[in-house]
Formats: sequence, C-alpha cells, structure tokens
Amino acid sequence: MSGPAGEGIVPGTIPSWVFEGWEMVVGLEVHVELATRTKLFSASPNRFGDEPNTNIDPVTLGLPGALPVLNRHAVELGMRIGLALNCTVQRCTFARKNYFYPDMPKAYQVSQYDEPLNIDGHLDLPDGSRVGIERAHMEEDAGKSTHIGGADGRVAGAEYSLIDLNRAGVPLVEIVSRPDIRSPEQAKAYVSELRAILIAIGASDAKMEEGSMRVDANVSVRRPGAEYGTRCEVKNVNSVRSVGRAIEYEARRQIQMLEHGESVRQQTRHWSDAEGRTHTLRDKEDADDYRYFLEPDLVPVEPSPEWIDSVRAALPMLPAARRERLASAAGLAPNAESIGVIVERGQDDYVLAVADAGGDVGRTIVHVQQAFAEQPAQPNVPAPDLAALTSMEVANEVTATQAKTLVERLLADGGGDAKALAAELGFEALDTSALDSFVDAAIAAETDAWAKFRAGDGKAMGALVGHIMKASKGQADGKLVSQLLNQRRASND
Amino acid sequence: MAKLARLALTPEELRVAAAQLSGMLEHFADIDELDLTQIEPMTQPYHLVNVMRDDTEAPTLDRAEVLAEAPRAEAGRFRVPSTGGAG
Amino acid sequence: MSAAPRTVRDIAAGVRSGEFTAVDVLEQHLAAISAREGDVHAFNLVLADAALERAAAIDADVAAGRDPGPLAGVPIALKDNMCTRGVPTTCSSKILADWKPPYDGTVVSRLAAAGAVTVGKTNLDEFAMGSSTENSAFGPTFNPLDTSRVAGGSSGGSAAAVAAGFAALSFGSDTGGSIRQPAALCGVVGVKPTYGRVSRYGLVAFASSLDQIGPFTHTVADAALALQVISGHDPADSTSIPEAPPDFSAVLGRGVEGLRIGRIADLPAGADPDVGERLDQAFAALAAAGASIVDVNVPAFTYGLTAYYIIAPAEASSNLARYDGVRYGLRVEGADTDAMYMATRSAGFGDEVKRRIMLGTYALSAGYYDAYYGKALRIRRLMTQDFDAAYQHCDVMLTPTSPTVAFEVGAKTADPLAMYLCDTYTIPSNLTGHPAMSVPFGTGADDLPVGVQILAPSLGEPVMLQVAAQLEREGIVPGTIPSRGAS
Repeated sequence: MSGPAGEGIVPGTIPSWVFEGWEMVVGLEVHVELATRTKLFSASPNRFGDEPNTNIDPVTLGLPGALPVLNRHAVELGMRIGLALNCTVQRCTFARKNYFYPDMPKAYQVSQYDEPLNIDGHLDLPDGSRVGIERAHMEEDAGKSTHIGGADGRVAGAEYSLIDLNRAGVPLVEIVSRPDIRSPEQAKAYVSELRAILIAIGASDAKMEEGSMRVDANVSVRRPGAEYGTRCEVKNVNSVRSVGRAIEYEARRQIQMLEHGESVRQQTRHWSDAEGRTHTLRDKEDADDYRYFLEPDLVPVEPSPEWIDSVRAALPMLPAARRERLASAAGLAPNAESIGVIVERGQDDYVLAVADAGGDVGRTIVHVQQAFAEQPAQPNVPAPDLAALTSMEVANEVTATQAKTLVERLLADGGGDAKALAAELGFEALDTSALDSFVDAAIAAETDAWAKFRAGDGKAMGALVGHIMKASKGQADGKLVSQLLNQRRASND
Repeated sequence: MAKLARLALTPEELRVAAAQLSGMLEHFADIDELDLTQIEPMTQPYHLVNVMRDDTEAPTLDRAEVLAEAPRAEAGRFRVPSTGGAG
Repeated sequence: MSAAPRTVRDIAAGVRSGEFTAVDVLEQHLAAISAREGDVHAFNLVLADAALERAAAIDADVAAGRDPGPLAGVPIALKDNMCTRGVPTTCSSKILADWKPPYDGTVVSRLAAAGAVTVGKTNLDEFAMGSSTENSAFGPTFNPLDTSRVAGGSSGGSAAAVAAGFAALSFGSDTGGSIRQPAALCGVVGVKPTYGRVSRYGLVAFASSLDQIGPFTHTVADAALALQVISGHDPADSTSIPEAPPDFSAVLGRGVEGLRIGRIADLPAGADPDVGERLDQAFAALAAAGASIVDVNVPAFTYGLTAYYIIAPAEASSNLARYDGVRYGLRVEGADTDAMYMATRSAGFGDEVKRRIMLGTYALSAGYYDAYYGKALRIRRLMTQDFDAAYQHCDVMLTPTSPTVAFEVGAKTADPLAMYLCDTYTIPSNLTGHPAMSVPFGTGADDLPVGVQILAPSLGEPVMLQVAAQLEREGIVPGTIPSRGAS
C-alpha cells in the first residue's frame, strides 16, 4: 500500500466513519477465481464441487518433472479485470512465493510479484467516491484442507487434515486496493461494485459463499490527518455484510487498545461471523521469508497493444455506465436504489426496451424493481406488453393497485394484452364523475373525519380515502381521490 | 536457514554445514569487486515471451493410481497430521 | 550373429534391415550387464524382462514390414531422474526411493516412439547434485575403465553404461557439466544441447533454468542421431524452443576447412598438464585440417563457478521443497505437519542435497538476495555478453572438459569446494544456455581418457558436431581406449 493519505477520495462526497475522534483506514485485497475451463498452468478442469482429487494432473499435484504452461484465456480475463478497473495493462512475469503448507503442492505458489499484469487503476463507487487500485495480479489457488477431529472443522484442535487438490492451480486474480476506504459502508459498496463488474465482464461468477470471491481487509486507525497506524489483516470475510461488520469491529478493537495506551501489533486476524469478532491468527513479525524469485519454468507475458485493444473493445458496458444510462432515461439519480437493483440484476436493457416500446420509464422501473426479482435479465414478459400496461396507468385507466395485479398476471402468463386482462378482471377505470358519487357518499358517511379534514387535519383524509377505496372495491385511483377531496375542501371554504 | 528449508540438523551437522557454507561464501567473494549496476539480471538463457496454451481440457490423472503413491490417503484425499494451529 | 554391433547407427540399421534382431542385440547387452554391473553399478534398476518384451515387439514390427523408427532395437539407458510411467524414478534419493510416476516424460515418449529399448534406469548423484556419482543413496558408480576411479557425475551411471557396453546409447541431464564431465571421464561422447532444444517435461528438476537432457554415445554420428530424436518443440515445456531443429547429421563429414576455432586466452587455470597437452594437440589437429586458431577473451568465465553455485542451489531449494511427504515419496511421521516436513526431509535427503538447499535458501533470503542471487543473475548476463562478443571472432571454442582425468573414489568427498571445481570449464555453457559437448581425445595420466570440450553459440549444434566429428577422425579410434581395472 502506498500513496498519501486519502489519495483518490473525492473530498466531501463520503462521510468518514469517525469514532471517538479516530478514523479508520482500510485497504481491501480481493481474490477472485477466474471463469476458465481449465487451470492456470495445466489442462485439468477448473470446476467447483467435483469429487475430491479428480481434477488433477502432474502440474496440479506438483509431481517431479511437471512443468507449467500458462492459460491464455486466464490472462485475457485478467486483462479484462484490469481494463474494467482503469488499470495500465503491462508486460508481466511470474514469480515463486516459497512456503510450506500441505495444500500447496509445490511448496511454492506461482504468483506475480514485482511485475504484475495490471497496475494503477481506480474504481468509482455509486456514492461518487473513488478507491485507488494498486494492482490486479494473477496467481494460482491452493487446494483445500478439511480439518478432522477438532471442533467445527477449524484448524485449532484438529487431529489431522485431508487434502483435496481440485482447487489447486485454479486461476486467481488478486485485486489490491489502495488504503482509500474510510467507512464500513464504503467498503461494502466497493465489494458490491467490484462484484458487479466481475460478473458483468464474465471474469468470475464471484460467489462469496462458494469462495470464488474472497476478501481480506487491511485495517488501521488514526487521528484524522495523522500518519497511518499499524495495520492488521482480517481474513475469512465471506459476505458483503461481513465486510462491513468485520472492519467496524476491528477498527473499534484497535481504538480501544490505543485509548488504553496499548499499541496495535501487526497481525493476521480471523473474522468469526458467528461471534462477530476477530481472533489472532498469527503475528506478522514472525512471517515467513517467502524468498520470491522469477519462476524459471515460465516466460514473460508481453501483451501487444493490439491484444489489449481487442480485449478492451470486447468489454461490455460496465455497471456504472449502465446505471448512468438508466438513470438519465428515468430522470433519477444514478445512485437511486431502484437503479442499482435493476442494473445489478442486468434488467436495465429490458427497462429501456419497454421505454422504446412506448412505456413509461418511471412506472416500468417501479414494476421491475418490485416484481421482477426472480426474473432473469431478459424477463418473460415481452417489453411491449409491459409498455402497454404502463401507458394505461399514465392515462389513469387503471389504478396503481390494479396495475400491480396486472403485472403479476403478466408474469404468471408470460405476457399478454393488459387492456384485455383489465377488462376481464373488471378493472374498468373510474372516471371523475363516477368517483364524485363515491366522494359524496364518503363525506356523508364519515362526518367526523370530513369536519376534521376541513379544519386542516391532513391525517383525517385517510378515513375518507379508506371509505372510498372500500366502496369502490379498490378501483378508485388513490391519487385522483385525494385530488378530488382537496378540491371539495377548497370549494367549501 | 535449516528451519526455512524444513531441515532438521544435529548440532554436529549444523557445525559442519556452517563451516562449509562460510567456506563457499568466502570463495564467492570473488564477485564482490564487480560493479554490475549497469548489467540487467538474466533469468532465462533463451529469450521467449508469450508462451501460452488454449483453455481446453485434457485427460486428468487417475485418482486411484495417484493416491496409491501417497504415504497416507483417506476418503479420496491425502491425509496429513494437523497443521498445529498455524495458517 | 558375429561381432556385436556397438554403435547406434549400426544397430538400428541392422535391426531395420533384418540383418539381426533386436532381441539378439539386447541379449548381448544384458550379458555385458550380467558380467560387469556388479563392479560398475551403473544402474539403479535393470529392466531385463520389459526390455526383452519390447525388443521382441520391435522384431515383430520388422517382420511385419513396419519400420520401428530411427532407433529401432537400440538398447538405451535413462538417467534415473527421467519420469517413466509405472517404473521407479528415484533420483538416487531415499525420498523418492519407491516412487512410480503416473506419466512418461517427453524425451522418454519420443525415444519409445523411435523404437528404442530401455534396459534400465541409471545411477546419479542424488537429484543430479555432484560431479562423481558418489552422492547416491544407493552407492557410487565406478568407472568401467578403472573401477577404483569415479565415473564422473552427476550422470555417472549413464556414462558408465555406454562405456561398459551395457547400452549403446544413454541419456543424462546436464546442469553444470553433468553430461560432459562423466563423458570425458568415461571416454565417451556427451552432448549438452542449447537450453530449450530438448524438452524438460518429465525431467525431475534440479535447477530449471540450467537443466538440459542430452545423449551419451560412442560416436559423434550417434550423438547427432540421438539428439535429432529428442530435439524439437514441446508444448508442455514453456521454455522449449519453437523453431524446428536442423539436420544434425548433415554436416558431420564436412571437415573444418575455414572454420575459426577459439582458444580462450584468459581461461581459468587449473587443468592438469596431461589434459592441457591433449587440448593443445586438438588445436593442432584442427589447424592441420584447415581450421584457423584464434585467441579470444571471455573475462567473465572466471566468475562462472560462483554464479553457478548461487543460481543452481537457489532454484534447487525451491524445486526440492515439494518433497514434503504429503503426496508421494517418503514420509516420516510427526506430531504436526511441520514436524513431519522436518523429519521427512532430514531423513530423505543426503548431505550434499541438504547443503545445496541451505545454500540456495540463504542466497534467496531477505537481506541476501541482492548480494548473492541478484548479483549472480547479472554475472550470467555479463558472461553471455562476453561469449557473444568472442563469437564475433570464432565459430566454436575448445577447452578441457574436466581439469583432470577420472579421480580416485573418495578423493574429493570431504571437500565440497574441491568437487565443485571439477565443473569450472563446463558451467559457463549452462549459464549462457549455449550448446557444448565433450569428445574423447586420447588419454592422459594412467592411460585414462581425456575429453575435449567444444563450446558453440546458441543453436550452434551443427558446427559443434562438425568440429567434434573432425576431432573424432583425428583422435584415437572411439571405443579403443585401453581398459584397465576389471576388464
């Protein structure tokens, strides 16, 4: 981590998390498994959930005499990630990181050290803040250890471990942010946005619960404007929600120590979601000496400008641009919740198609956000059918409540003619003259409420509207009803 | 060094190893006088770049054949003692 | 069948033409093994039954009119660090004593496809670390020409197997001279190709950026043929040279008229006078055959030993970390994984391997990397630049292969540095990646063979073999080195 304090943050756009006069400084290291068919350096399958030790070959097993050969598609996915994060894609090399661990078959991990594929990028978050990306480099995953005999499968107290090497050699990209994050909300937004990008560009399925996206957080605290404090690395953060909880806990822990005159030791700590706290895993002072050196079995990768350009050209529109596009079509802010939800589901293209078919964007967004959660990016309701429905709403031919019912029918039927459906359900639009008689009846029946309403008690309108809705069996348009009531009050005054 | 390399040496072995190591380092002192700052390191003897393969599957090894060579296996996996709380 | 054919070419030609059978050829070699293997100990494993089966299959092919390939029926021996599926591949180490690889290395597959018959896996210094084949967990290999002497190393078993007539052709690996030096000491031809010429897939790594597989033969022509079979691009080795190799045999008869032979004026001293004398005779013979002798300088030559003994152990310390008792090979149980690693590796590795692992770990460790490993990599570049400059003035260079003829068993085992000095002249071509070979050229002290080393620039195998063929014509007749000791 480098760079001056707060570099990359657009001032004033993000409220810092401040607790008893301390601020948190967070950098995130996110590992993502790439969506390739085969492993980074060998041709056995990169597939989750297979029988243990079936996706193995001499390279994966670290057999004597085996040699790695780099997967071109993995490099290309690595480049996509770099380009999507505004990085410089550059000539890169692989190095060996030497350490012993039973699920690390060669006792070294092939990773990128001083010459990573991607450097110096940034990620803009929906709230307008910017987090710097120091690097996004390629490396191989380790296998999986299952600890037997200890409590809850953890290392501590286990009698022995069983090693499955299916995951060993799976291609990873590690995305290292600069220490630009200042609040749990910002950290969560960063992880969510990153995840959305990774899925959008097809680089990874980014499933945190399956471990195909893993987050480590480097957390320190300081007095605002002071030098960086000693940081701790928090591991095992397995959901977006845990990211926020873990760094908040860790920052408070460090503040408490400092407030008591103790100093923070540089440590690797383990987040326990169940307990809601972090535990010491190991002190960094006795960290291994990894003895990095260039992997002599591999040669450098020098992406040509043509290759980089072709990868860039093939990138799909990124979530931020899609939010921008949808928001401007709807006249909403790009960070509006509905915009975020719809783009995350990839249903923004659909919403725009409904608009193109003459639909009302605002009403379409409401329906899609509320009713289309279970639908794929291309929902089963043809865009013109939903467009027709929203037009009926705009023309006050159906009420909001009726429209909701119609949307559910359209979803259940896989589309249909909204007008015919409305007729079938008896959703005749009540025009103003029909409503007037309901209003008269309500004023007659709810004399108390009418008196209070006239006297200026806005809340009394509820009883009147309720009466009309009940009498009209929900066919009255709520908005129109309140308009009429207000008109009556004005004309009676 | 022995610990980093996961080698356990007896005191006598350590003494001999240390003496031999320092003898070798003494011999290596012949390069101390060289000013090599203008010379790029050379890690590979034959210059190649961009050696990559297609992302296509090839047959995997037979698990039974592989595990038959393992010192200890259980439930289709390699069995090892506990990691003693580390990592 | 009359006189046993000795050369690869004669055997393959006779088997392919049906003049004699692969089984006959094999039985003659097996008989030699029965007679002398007890004294020589060239092999960790003799595969008599499998070889007989294979030879019979080749004879059947010939009888059926199918061509078994350019090495039809040639009995070969493989250094025991080349992976052979289902056949123990030990690296002469206790840590792999019982290991049977689930795959064949690329060279092994190519040799099988060419019709060769593997008679056994040969002894080596453990993990190819040594210059005498005394560092083997299974005991030393003795020089067939004088069994009180070493065969050289680390591919001593392969050199001895050819010299003793156990195989017509064998293969070793050369990381700092491990083919050329034993070839010189055993009086046979040994070739280290350009780095990347021959696939390393399936060769158990010692130092990945230095290792190359190459042949041992009685003749230069056999070496050219064997090299042809194993060379060429392998997609399983990222450092494999993509370009197709040239015809290595086409140039052998051309002579040396007009070639410029480099004599390194600043070659580090240290060769015994008998070796130096033979080298002078080699220069004279080539000059008489029409070559010109030019003096060249390679100032960085002298730093080769230091650079090598930093780079090779550094890579080895990482390459040998995988022997941890988890997936294959020896395990000595321990209370936890760290204890198991320590117990396994301490029991499984011999002293020399441990020494180099520690040296390499040191050279790569934080705080020492720049002073040792980083500096050694710069020397490697400097040396390559020096050689490239010298090759502006000459086509090949000649040096001694080994500073001495074969030394007594046990003479250097107590002093690692003295053993390392055996490699002074061979190490530079591993650092540069250039091809080099040793050709027998008469005898020295005690009538033991002397090898002359031919160094050539990158991809310069043809001119190197061309000069070797001339030296072979000028020197003593191959295979007639007076044999002492047990014969």
